[in-house]
Amino acid sequence: MDKQMTAAEVVDQLRDGMTVGIGGWGPRRKPMALVREILRSDLKDLTLVSYGGADVGMLCAAGKVRKLVFAFVSLDFIPLEPYFRQARQSGALEVTEIDEGMLLLGLRAAAWGVPFIPTEVGLGTDIIRQNPDIKLVDSPYDDKEWVAMPALNLDAALIHVDRADNRGVCQIAGPDHYMDDWYARAANKTYVSCDELVPTEYFHDPAQARLVFWERAATTGVVHIPGGAHPTSCSPLYGFDVPHFKAYAATASEGGFKAYTDEYLGSSEQEYQQKVGGLDTIRAIALPTY
Amino acid sequence: MTNTATDYTLAELCIVAASEAFRDEGEVLATGIGVIPRLAASLAMKTFNTDLMMTDSEAYLLSEPNPLGARGDDFVQASETWMGFSRIFDNVWSGRRHAMLGPTQIDRFGQSNTSALGGTYQQPKVMMLGARGFPGNSISHPNSFFVPGHNKRVFVEGECDFVSSIGYNPDRLPRGHSLDDIDIRLVVTDLCVMDFAGADHRMRLVSLHPGISLEQVCENTGFALEIGEEVPVTAAPTAEQLAIIAGLDPHNQRAHQIKGNPAGDRSGNGH
Repeated sequence: MDKQMTAAEVVDQLRDGMTVGIGGWGPRRKPMALVREILRSDLKDLTLVSYGGADVGMLCAAGKVRKLVFAFVSLDFIPLEPYFRQARQSGALEVTEIDEGMLLLGLRAAAWGVPFIPTEVGLGTDIIRQNPDIKLVDSPYDDKEWVAMPALNLDAALIHVDRADNRGVCQIAGPDHYMDDWYARAANKTYVSCDELVPTEYFHDPAQARLVFWERAATTGVVHIPGGAHPTSCSPLYGFDVPHFKAYAATASEGGFKAYTDEYLGSSEQEYQQKVGGLDTIRAIALPTY
Repeated sequence: MTNTATDYTLAELCIVAASEAFRDEGEVLATGIGVIPRLAASLAMKTFNTDLMMTDSEAYLLSEPNPLGARGDDFVQASETWMGFSRIFDNVWSGRRHAMLGPTQIDRFGQSNTSALGGTYQQPKVMMLGARGFPGNSISHPNSFFVPGHNKRVFVEGECDFVSSIGYNPDRLPRGHSLDDIDIRLVVTDLCVMDFAGADHRMRLVSLHPGISLEQVCENTGFALEIGEEVPVTAAPTAEQLAIIAGLDPHNQRAHQIKGNPAGDRSGNGH
């Protein structure tokens, strides 16, 4: 089955009001080209589930987000995501704020088809007080109360990977695949952008197959977009674009998000990449040192 | 004490004081978020607790802590296993971890806030990071705090504006749990070292940094601390410790962590 499609075709399959999970972590390996395609569309009222970075900030700034399920939103080296802050401080954003591990459990529950997973995480904190929809339950096996972390069922997941074939075998060659396998399994439809489209034979080498973290049946569509994670990183191919993030963050205090999109977004990914210096420039961005 | 140094910075004093949090922890994952906590955990691992585990802050567990910052093309880190973020939670929930973190607010119960300040929850005045991993850390394993600027905005009078991590607050104690299930260890600041070993887990003053008075600490803390009859002075670093810290932090990032990078002994400069 050939699952190749375009970014525009992915966004055409999304609907207003959908719950969309976005893979990656903060400024790392976010499906930013797909996010940009949403920015160019009239899609709205989304519920986002994300270990958030500029994906969340940009979609909030563009008025695409009704509700956010999150544990943090951060650009790491710029700790506070400026447009996420604006959205929260405006009072307009509905949120379900949870712990990083609870988000993982919610994705697992959705992937496994169970309504919740019991955990201690969240007990005694405002996670419980501020989220009346997250229930405490009795255990049949002890006398303690437990948090019943509900399944985070996703209508769609958006993920960026290093390599994929046209059948949806996806490889993450960087050091961490984060929770992307759980996003893929928690979602009804999973759309993956890839930096490199490879023939199926590429995975015949076990060392390459070892870096595939979910089966192709969990991949709905594959979009070949070299550099598609920019300005976030796609290790080991490229790091995150520090000057670009700084310019993005600066527009939050001067010019606003329209200044950012006027300068960079363009009408297509090709146009965007021209505006940020081209694919060779993206691929030359050094990996970060932690 | 052997070889106590006389020329050291406050950052170095804090690193050495904070490293004590990891002394008797045995074989646990030591996580220090931020330059001073990371150097504290690294110093402990290089000296008195070589059984500690540590990550490269990315995706591998190390047998030897990485020095901070750019490390040169020929540097090979001492990886011993893959430790991506999803696996971190398997470790967290096992309890075999001790994290040292720097929240924005800490209250008298040891509850902390990383999320939002002021306003209402629906519309906070200042939105910060979010709860991050604080809820899970605090219910699962020991935690310590580092605060580079000890004042009443951090050590608040009332409860934290948002409670990211569970503390010794009887009103929030989950059913079936006791306050003894909660394990908050050291709180190291630019003024002093504290813990929660007071009566009923009250926050207690452990030591004052050289040149800091009891009054300075009390004036800058929004609640009453338990204070013993004699409060010792925080131990100065040894020359060996300073040399190890310098090796772990070759670009001197520690000089930028506390405002003005003051000397460790402030008895002479009228602070």
